[in-house]
Parts: sequence; C-alpha cells; structure tokens
Amino acid sequence: MHPVIIIGTGLAGYSVARELRKLDPAQPITLISADAGDFYAKPMLSNAFAQGKNAPQLVNTPMEKMAEQHQLTILAHTRVVSIDVAGKTVHTVNDALPYHKLVLAIGADPIRLPLGGNGADEVLSVNDIADYGVFRGRLEGKQHVTILGGGLIGCEFANDLASAGYQVTVVDPGTHPLSSLIPQGAGQEVQQALESLGVQFHFGRSVQVADIAADGDGFTLTEDNGDILDTDIVLSAVGLRPRTTLAQSAGLPTNRGIVADATLRVADDVYAIGDCAEIDGQWRPYVMPITTAARSLAQTLHGTETPVHFPAMPVLVKTPACPLLVNPPPRGETGEWQQEVAEGGSIWQFINQAGLMTGFVLTGKIIAANRQRMISALR
Amino acid sequence: MKTWQCIVCGYIYDETAGDPDHGIAAGTRWDDVPDDWACPDCGVAKADFEMVEI
Repeated sequence: MHPVIIIGTGLAGYSVARELRKLDPAQPITLISADAGDFYAKPMLSNAFAQGKNAPQLVNTPMEKMAEQHQLTILAHTRVVSIDVAGKTVHTVNDALPYHKLVLAIGADPIRLPLGGNGADEVLSVNDIADYGVFRGRLEGKQHVTILGGGLIGCEFANDLASAGYQVTVVDPGTHPLSSLIPQGAGQEVQQALESLGVQFHFGRSVQVADIAADGDGFTLTEDNGDILDTDIVLSAVGLRPRTTLAQSAGLPTNRGIVADATLRVADDVYAIGDCAEIDGQWRPYVMPITTAARSLAQTLHGTETPVHFPAMPVLVKTPACPLLVNPPPRGETGEWQQEVAEGGSIWQFINQAGLMTGFVLTGKIIAANRQRMISALR
Repeated sequence: MKTWQCIVCGYIYDETAGDPDHGIAAGTRWDDVPDDWACPDCGVAKADFEMVEI
C-alpha cells in the first residue's frame, strides 16, 4: 500500500498524521519536511523570550520521538521539488515517492515589505523555530528593537521583548494596534498597556529605508516622514502569505491560498490544510481551525468523506500586559462596535445591521469569566 | 473529576483519563499536572487551559 504523504511537519501536518493514526493503525504515513521536523508550538515563538527560552527548549517532541510515537516515516531536511498529480507521485530532491493520498500542509511565508537601504536584507522575520534561534542570537547584548507592524504578532513580540527588558519601537501605518482585527478603542487599551512597559508606537508611519548604521553596529531607519530612528535590531511582522507556488506549478487551483473545498479536497486524492489553504473560500491562519480541520480530514482520508465544521474560534492574543480574546466579525460585515466596561477589562460587541452580535473582543482580566457566554451569544 | 480545555486548539484534558502518553497518570487532578506539561495537540503551556463543563 502506498503511503498517505503529508508535506510539512508544522502543526497542520502533525495534527493530520496524529488524527489519522488514531483511526488507522496500519496505514503507512510519510511526512516530508524542509526543516528538522521537530514538533513545537508556533504560538510560543512570539511569547517565549521573556521566559528565557532558547530554540531547543521550545521543542515539545523531537522528530525521532514523533516518528516512534505515531508510527510515521519522516523525511527531514528534504525539499519537495514538484508534484505529479496525474501520476500520484511527489518528487523530492532525492526521490520519486508514490502516494495513496497527498496532504499539503506547507504553511505560509512572512510578507516582506519593499525596503530601501543596505540593511534591508538584515531585517529579520520569525516564522519558525530556526528563525527564532537566529533572532535570539542577534538580540544578545543589544538594547533596542524596532518592530515593523503592530498587528497580532507584532504586538505579541513587543510585549514579550519589553517584558524581557528591551526597548521596543513599533512602526505601523494604521491608527492602532491590531487594526485589522479590533476596534480603535480596544486597540487603545492594548497600546496603553504596552506603553506602560515602555513600548513606543509610531502609528501612521512606515519605514522606507533600512541602512546599516555608520559604525556598522545596528541600523539607521528612515520613516516616510523623514524621521530617523536608530535601532539595534529590526523585526518584520507585517503578516503572512500562503505558500502556493508548489501547488500552482502542479496545476492545482490557487487563489489567496491553495483552494480546497469543505472536505479540504483540492483535486483527486490531494488535500490542503493549515496556513497554506483557503478552505471553502476562507483563509484561517490560526491554531484552532487547524486542529479542527485535521480531525475531519483524517476521517476523509480514512474513507468517510467529512466536511469540516468550524465552530466559533476566537483567537487568544498573547499580550500579557493586556490579554485579548478576539472573534472578528465576518469580512465585509457592516455594523458597529459597542463597548461595555467591566472590572479589569472591557467587552466589545460588534452589532450588525440586523441587530445581531457577529463579533466580539474581550480585553484584560475578564476573558475567562466571559468567554463561554460570548461564544454562545455569537450569531 | 473535571475537564479542562486548551483555549488555543480545543484539546480536552480529562482528569479521569489523564495523559499517560506524556507521563500524566489517569486520575491526575489538574492542579497536580506540572506547570511544564504542554498541550499534547498544539504544544502551548498549561496556563492556556481553562476549566470547562462537559
């Protein structure tokens, strides 16, 4: 029997493997990974610094242990070159591997803004555990970090680094933190909490030029209004872009992500899951959609076609200075945000034109006490 | 015996069942699960769990 081949050993790839193994002890499963294949929690990358964790300490389960625990064949440090969909074969740099079914779990790349200057290539992004190791190494002995982007990841890093004693400046063209997810008022709560840790925000600004500083140590950044900012490290956190090139060159449908239907099917015997996938028209680059989709995909791979049903999946933003639980309204929904102030935080509800609550944000210490109630009230 | 849910990924920790694959015996109360235990499904820390009634 040919194996189910899963490309990618991030949360998506490993979740599918684990769920499928629960259903089928005998089905051979092969995972192919461009990196070391160790299992770790990606959300910790923007959250582990203040805890003093280095990259090896973030590994939950090493690759060998994953292979043994779930009876998997794992090809680490192996790049997939192409997929032959008609011939049901994956071509790696070393081999041609025939598959029974194929799962694309290849993730997303950090978006890089076009920057001028001789330091542009030295701007870091942290998208995997190896990037985290590099970032941590560069921070050694430094003091000031500039973060490009004040969204979810940018704010998590700002909180983490400020808590670890670094001076942090966040540059963002919008008006408030997490501007694509939360209303301005909630953003101001986050902003004030981070400012109280010493974080500085430059809103309505973007960095245009990143030059290596004249003394060779650190950067001189130029913002769009001409302001100069001297800094030691620059971290770009302006969002992710699904990896679609491999699918595209195999003739598979792609849009924003790899296009999959509600059963995660892309084409005959080919499926996509996680940050690379656009499932039923939506891209959901968060943890809970991945673990949820993995359970239904395992059923489908095992022979029972099962569409995924996503429940309400609010996202926890790991900014301990002002924790947030965010369930944004559907894209394009019109309506308005209403605030209810509570002891230790606030409740923001998005009321649409029909008077229904279709999104919410909880801030501060009231999250646990209100989470279930808000999820049940969502329409 | 209570159940706890990982609010990042949805994994349920059931005190009755424990998590024997990761060294947590059946019947281990949540309070007695060590702080360095991580969610077996998504890997986040124990602090990201909350109690749920099921």
